[in-house]
Amino acid sequence: MVKNIIDVKNLSKSFDISSKEPGLKGTIKHFFRRQTKSLKVIKDISFEIKEGEIVGFLGANGAGKTTILKMLCGLIYPSEGSILVSGYLPFRRKENFLKNITLIMGQKQQLIWDLPPIESFYLNASIYDLDKFEAKKRIKKLSEMLEIDEELFIPVRKLSLGQRMKSELLAALIHQPNILFLDEPTLGLDINAQRNLRKFLQKYNKETNATICLTSHYMKDITSLCKRVICVHEGEISYDGKLDLLLKKLSPVKEILIVCRSEEDAIKLENSGFTVKNKIKNEITIKIENNSITSSLKTILNNFDIEDLFINEPPIDEVIGKVLIKKDYDV
Amino acid sequence: MNLRKYLKVYKKFLHTSLASELEYKTNILVDLITAILSLVGSIFLLSIFFQNSGYIGGWKFEQALIIQAIYTILNGITNTWFNPNLTEIVKHIREGTLDFVLLKPIDSQFFISLKKINPSGFLEIMLGFLLLFFCIRINQINLNLSFLTLSLITISCSICILYSLWFFISTTTIWFVKTWNAIEVLRSFLYIGRFPLSSFSFSLRIFFSVFIPIAFITTIPSEVFLGLSVFWKILLEIIVATIFLINSRKFWLFALKFYSSASS
Repeated sequence: MVKNIIDVKNLSKSFDISSKEPGLKGTIKHFFRRQTKSLKVIKDISFEIKEGEIVGFLGANGAGKTTILKMLCGLIYPSEGSILVSGYLPFRRKENFLKNITLIMGQKQQLIWDLPPIESFYLNASIYDLDKFEAKKRIKKLSEMLEIDEELFIPVRKLSLGQRMKSELLAALIHQPNILFLDEPTLGLDINAQRNLRKFLQKYNKETNATICLTSHYMKDITSLCKRVICVHEGEISYDGKLDLLLKKLSPVKEILIVCRSEEDAIKLENSGFTVKNKIKNEITIKIENNSITSSLKTILNNFDIEDLFINEPPIDEVIGKVLIKKDYDV
Repeated sequence: MNLRKYLKVYKKFLHTSLASELEYKTNILVDLITAILSLVGSIFLLSIFFQNSGYIGGWKFEQALIIQAIYTILNGITNTWFNPNLTEIVKHIREGTLDFVLLKPIDSQFFISLKKINPSGFLEIMLGFLLLFFCIRINQINLNLSFLTLSLITISCSICILYSLWFFISTTTIWFVKTWNAIEVLRSFLYIGRFPLSSFSFSLRIFFSVFIPIAFITTIPSEVFLGLSVFWKILLEIIVATIFLINSRKFWLFALKFYSSASS
């Protein structure tokens, strides 16, 4: 049985937030008498993550995904509840715990701006107490996986965003962590760079059995990497489970465009009891429930003269969008 | 604490920050010229103060030059280590890049206090030592082992006090986010350290000894050089430095509990 590597129970986090009224009067008032209120950004959440799992955290901006990630890696103290990551209390930031994890943030960088990435890699290697030979071996292996070579010797400030992100990944993985926290790692990258990064993460997970917790607003990142998603809505978990199950429940029907040989066949099909969305001459679009797709298609192909047919999946962004604005998903 | 690892990391810090700074040759040149001009300007200013009266607060010009030399060494240390690193804490906290520091298996105070160096500050340290050797000659100071030990102890204590004060102010960024002004106020107080403590009024002497111990930073080491030091003052400086250093450490660890990281 695969063991739990992350165990979160009744976790809550509150921040003191100050608010300011608009205008000069508001600014002066804010300067002398700051009004703060405690805002609960994470509300009593519990979940477990197994070793080797890739879990996507989904949610609208400000839902609390990054706060959860930062509590998991020990950057923020929780207000209530308990967290165990790899057997450690993260906020104690014990050396052995820190050697096991890494945090990669798409919008922040740790590489030394004026120097080539290779300098930052060797600096990190010394911090993780790796000898030069071992560091060299790991840099070689990771740079091959990430398909970067010459870029290692060019100052960071002259690298493209994609090259920089690959270098950030290498810097963050040189110590071979077994838990990766990724906060929007593909932010701002072009389609090819995004794909390469996803490919790398899949490969890394497969080769090292590392656990990956990921937040991203790009649905492609989630669908191609995560079997399981945790949806966060206003600091609460609205869904925790398999991604395909969520998609099935959110879009229980598929649209099928059928091109009939003649308009007569299309009329016959229209009157055969299927739910018709629309019909234009010999082309008819019907809606079929996911669980009866095979049998319905068999019936259509056996009884009607069909020239062609297309099964349309609803756009994933549209489907997931529903999760981000709704509090509870009973799946 | 694994000393070997920390030495290895510090060697890397030196290497990377030197390499970063050397990317900008003109900047280094400008910094070097500024350091020379600043020292010349300070000596000139000091000589103006002594023009009408041979003594200020019981100190001769040649003796006051020792304070200037120690101030120059400390200012060089400030510019080499404290300024590039401790001002960066504010940036780390505002931009949330402190996250990367806190997630490294290394002491975060060590990392943020020593990661960078500014090589042009080395020239200031060298100029300070040159001036100090010159002062030793003109004041006919006899160099012996006890004198050297006491000098080393008092200067080290001065460095600790200065570092702790600066680090303390930078740490408050965790709550107040912007504390540039407080650091500027500290720097301007440090200029006061170029003059003997006895040249100030009684109330100012109390203020610069108790509240902001600038007096300890330059005056006590200078008194050691001139053989004017008394044992209790040296002991007091050691105690003050130890208290400051320990409290800067405790304060940092306490402040980290309130670190909320920047939003993404």
